[in-house]
Amino acid sequence: MSNPAKQSLGFLKDMIKIRQFEEACAELYSAGLIRGFLHLYIGEEAVAVGALRALLPRDVVFATYREHAHALIRGLPPKDLMAEMFGKVTGSCRGRGGSMHIFDKSRNFAGGNAIVAGALPMAVGMAIALKYQESGGISACFFGEGAMAEGEFHEAMNLAAIWNLPVLFVCENNRYAMGTALSRWEAQTDLVKHAESYGVVSRSADGMDVMEVHHAAKEAVCYVRETKKPFFLECQTYRFRAHSMFDAEKYREKAEVENWKKRDPITTFQEQLLQAGVIVQHDVEAITQSTRNDLDEAIALAKNDPLESRDDLCRHVYKEGSEA
Amino acid sequence: MKQNLSYREALSLALSRAIAADNRVFIMGEDVGEYGGTYAVTQGLLKQFGPERVRDTPLSESGFVGAGIGAALGGLRPIVEVMTVNFSLLALDQIVNNAATLSHMSGGQFHVPLVIRMATGAGRQLAAQHSHSWEGWYAHIPGLKILTPSTPEDAYWAVIDALEDPNPVLIFEHALLYGNKQEFDPDRRQAQPSEKATLRRTGSDLSIVTYGGSLGKVLEAAEQLQADGISAEVVDLRCLRPFDEQSVIDSVSKTNKLLVVEEAWKSGSFSAEVCTRVASKAFYHLEAPPQRLCGVEIPIPYAKHQEEASIPQTADIVSLAKEVHAI
Repeated sequence: MSNPAKQSLGFLKDMIKIRQFEEACAELYSAGLIRGFLHLYIGEEAVAVGALRALLPRDVVFATYREHAHALIRGLPPKDLMAEMFGKVTGSCRGRGGSMHIFDKSRNFAGGNAIVAGALPMAVGMAIALKYQESGGISACFFGEGAMAEGEFHEAMNLAAIWNLPVLFVCENNRYAMGTALSRWEAQTDLVKHAESYGVVSRSADGMDVMEVHHAAKEAVCYVRETKKPFFLECQTYRFRAHSMFDAEKYREKAEVENWKKRDPITTFQEQLLQAGVIVQHDVEAITQSTRNDLDEAIALAKNDPLESRDDLCRHVYKEGSEA
Repeated sequence: MKQNLSYREALSLALSRAIAADNRVFIMGEDVGEYGGTYAVTQGLLKQFGPERVRDTPLSESGFVGAGIGAALGGLRPIVEVMTVNFSLLALDQIVNNAATLSHMSGGQFHVPLVIRMATGAGRQLAAQHSHSWEGWYAHIPGLKILTPSTPEDAYWAVIDALEDPNPVLIFEHALLYGNKQEFDPDRRQAQPSEKATLRRTGSDLSIVTYGGSLGKVLEAAEQLQADGISAEVVDLRCLRPFDEQSVIDSVSKTNKLLVVEEAWKSGSFSAEVCTRVASKAFYHLEAPPQRLCGVEIPIPYAKHQEEASIPQTADIVSLAKEVHAI
């Protein structure tokens, strides 16, 4: 198989893996095994896969509370993620974070963040460190379009621009800030214009097309790494599921959702690859089966994992060994 | 060697030594560079270390405090100067939701070795939006450390100790202290680390517990009380989180009476925490109800006489201490 074919197959596998993981999460939530808030990325997989696959391990990633996909693509094992969802001590954060706060320092994944736009200033500061240390790494942050109404978005854009910092801003524009449509809360709905007003190089990409996202992200990452300046990439996408498990979806028409589902980033990409003869049906079945097996194993293991001891409740509030 | 340094000069010396000694350390904040710092603490540092180590920021408290957190996560040792405690409210999200939570929430993977300095307190006729004392508020938050240095020597070591700490440390500098002078040896580490309380005066009749900007008035009051034959012990907390309750309990166990003095408003204040701890852990040592002298519960006014009336003054301390002693 050629390199481009391998890459395509890899992207397809990434997206299927995310989709299966999150569909399982929805079931496990209904079964009461996962609690708290659960925000699913279903429909938006092409954005995380296309963009994150353009980054290097030394780059540092900040994400939102809808970040299972980002954690998985950064390399967090599904079992560690599932154990965190179950609140087990073997979870990526010992069960302290849950769905909205997944961290993996070893893979430079600086977390989910449940405060909208809250991670953006930190991504700017991380870029100060990466640039100062001449690490060659860049800082990348993902956020929804809703974050662009927050002051922290504007402060972060301005700081990154004025200080020439290597930050890749990836806006996952899924058109709804929870239940409020973009045109209902944003005076300027052309999001790229916001970033351009700070002198930040910007572009928009079709977030339902993993290859388009990937090519745009590769160019953006290349620019950020070489110039050490920020870049704003908007990916237009759509969330197929409700905002969280508590959302009756009164704010959008079923027909609109169904229309977007016709552009499902997984099935459309799969069809493209099959039609172009890059892959055959058997490849799809093999991928689906292998990711399914991995997931089933992760769920089975995580279910049996232990909970954190009550005695450890107060650990890690301060760095271990440093408490007064 | 001993030097006679003002609170401002002590901070400045600590900062310049820290920046020179460790290439991970840098300072950023509004007007810390070209202007030299609102309270002139960073005067000359830009010229000495350049714009990468002494970084002027836009008026974006949430943005640059968050950037400080990010830089700390990335392995640097940022010192963020927030012009005054009042403006830190604009960065509350970053301080509370990120700096204080990341270590615990990530299961101990990430740490935030960040120092945030800010001026606090009343006394300069700056009225209701520039005279707050929020250190007690911040002390409510697990994950943070809260230093309230009251002397030039403490201010010097607050910076040094905070930079050695792998956790987020907030330093509250009472704005009336910057000109105060003290002779001390900045090369000789203090016996008490910044996190521990210290006795500023020993006494036997009652314990007066205070911190930061109120210490000077409390010591003055203690002198006056002595003239009237009342021996007051003065405990300077120096740090509100972690709270060195044992030092307070030890003092009260000896004097059997407690008065706590602070500028912040009384309701829900740190002085209430001090009294509660003493009441629950040293109740049988008490011979009188613990008392508090705090700020009057109003937005602090501009007019000098009214501003003075709204925060504890030496005469108020003397008067309440006498009442406590008389019980």
